Amino acid sequence: MSNKLSRRDFNKLLLSGVAGSAFGVFGGARSAFAAKNRVVVIGGGFGGAAAAKYLKKLDPTLSVTLIEPKETFYTCPFSNWVLGGLKTMQDIGQTYTVLKSRYGIDVVLDSAVGIDAAKNAVTLKSGRVVKYDRLIVSPGIDFKWKAIEGYSQAVSETRMPHAYQAGAQTILLHKQLLAMPDGGRVVISAPGNPFRCPPGPYERASLIANYLKKNKPKSKIIILDAKEKFSKQALFKKGWEKLYPGMIEWRGSTTGGKITMVDAAAMTVTTDFGVEKGDVINIIAPQQAGKIAFDCGLTDASGWCPVNPITFESTMHPGIHVIGDACIAGAMPKSGFAASSHGKVAAASIIRLFQGKVPAPPSLVNTCYSLLAPGYGISVAGVYKLSAEGIIEIPGSGGLTPLDADDEKLAEEATFAQGWYNNIVQDIWG
Amino acid sequence: MLFIITLNKEDNIMRAKLRLWLTFCVVTPVLLLFSNTGMAEQAAATKVVKPVSKAVGATPRGQVLSLSCSSCHGTDGKSVGIMPSFYGKTPQYIETALLEFKSGKRYSTVMGRHAKGYSDDEIHLIAQYCGTVGHKTK
Repeated sequence: MSNKLSRRDFNKLLLSGVAGSAFGVFGGARSAFAAKNRVVVIGGGFGGAAAAKYLKKLDPTLSVTLIEPKETFYTCPFSNWVLGGLKTMQDIGQTYTVLKSRYGIDVVLDSAVGIDAAKNAVTLKSGRVVKYDRLIVSPGIDFKWKAIEGYSQAVSETRMPHAYQAGAQTILLHKQLLAMPDGGRVVISAPGNPFRCPPGPYERASLIANYLKKNKPKSKIIILDAKEKFSKQALFKKGWEKLYPGMIEWRGSTTGGKITMVDAAAMTVTTDFGVEKGDVINIIAPQQAGKIAFDCGLTDASGWCPVNPITFESTMHPGIHVIGDACIAGAMPKSGFAASSHGKVAAASIIRLFQGKVPAPPSLVNTCYSLLAPGYGISVAGVYKLSAEGIIEIPGSGGLTPLDADDEKLAEEATFAQGWYNNIVQDIWG
Repeated sequence: MLFIITLNKEDNIMRAKLRLWLTFCVVTPVLLLFSNTGMAEQAAATKVVKPVSKAVGATPRGQVLSLSCSSCHGTDGKSVGIMPSFYGKTPQYIETALLEFKSGKRYSTVMGRHAKGYSDDEIHLIAQYCGTVGHKTK
């Protein structure tokens, strides 16, 4: 993640931008046989849908195909609000109607199962083959099912959901919370870095606590963490003491937080310190890039996809861009906002490459709101640029809600969290 | 892309502006490539960018700097949530607001944290882009 580039490497990187430009010139000449430059986007989440929309918005002459198996995409952001009973699944469902009708994107309801980089072709589950001049892969995450003994996709779909891809998993965990008796124990297992949405497990604990406090006040939440510290930690801990005293217990990796095994039948998890029983067990398993990225050789030994940070073009396969949680984007966290920022930068770069021009140096942004209770919000912001160290956060910018923020400010942040959601989903799917 | 479309419609002044802009596209990578210092490259590039941006309104750099704004403020700055819209605001208005968020003169929860991530030159580019491009695609 933090591979340092030497000055020579940095210059080489910029040179590759120019080489990419030359490639674009030849690519453009080749695709002159096709009526339009064709971009295929795999994955209709925050990264892929944003890339598809902005490709068409910035250059309506492009032919853009978006491949996504789900008719409705449920967003991970705000899925914790559903778990806490503050939103419904309908509130977090996004569709592709506007991308089709207003932006003229060819949305194909299918799964990509193979990429032939030599033939510039994507094979779909239905057998259909889609040709591209440039390909964007935005596959999100997959789980390392073997990292925890006893855990599997089948266990996640029955007894111990991960609920870290929104949809059926969110509904399952929500049902389990509703069915749990008062005085029950909710165990949340949080993974080590890097993983999707670093504040996600802690917002989840907060909003489950908000539900339990009102409905099942004798219950407890135990977070077993594979890390020693976590995102917005001081702000979360302060909020928990104030809002839910004694209800949420967090254990770090050196104090029995790291789980090595689960027993789905017994509803237990095993840590270095012993066995813990849970009435509801949420295993947010360790993660890697989405399956298609693995299958097509876009990942490196880390399990994520290395990319040129100017264009998000894969360093493994030219002509294929990888964005969102699956790619290695330096200092940026894996978040929906970051993915959409990658998508827009990749879209602008691809248009420049088609024109045979040099892409502009990237500018990337992230903002993540977390809700601790209705009217109690916190945020982290970051502005990122390219340097000799790769993508870095700009010193002196970004940062957290101040720890001494008063109730009024925390209420404002909670209001802005909703405003943020309304606008980002409109900016991507609307 | 926008400029090429505009060029077909516009007069010789636009042609001159486009030439200037194309020069930037050629000069910047050369500066980036052959500059001996890592971060001085950024500064050198910025110095080239500014006068061009004032001439033509929006640059590829201005575009890349501005694309993230819409995530919170809505596409083209047309907000559907509680965040303020910047659609229809002038470049001058946006530039002043961003500079005041950056200095802390204007109250914000998160905007000041974002504004501190941009140099005054970059804020100028963002204001030029956000204050003009949305209007053209109205």
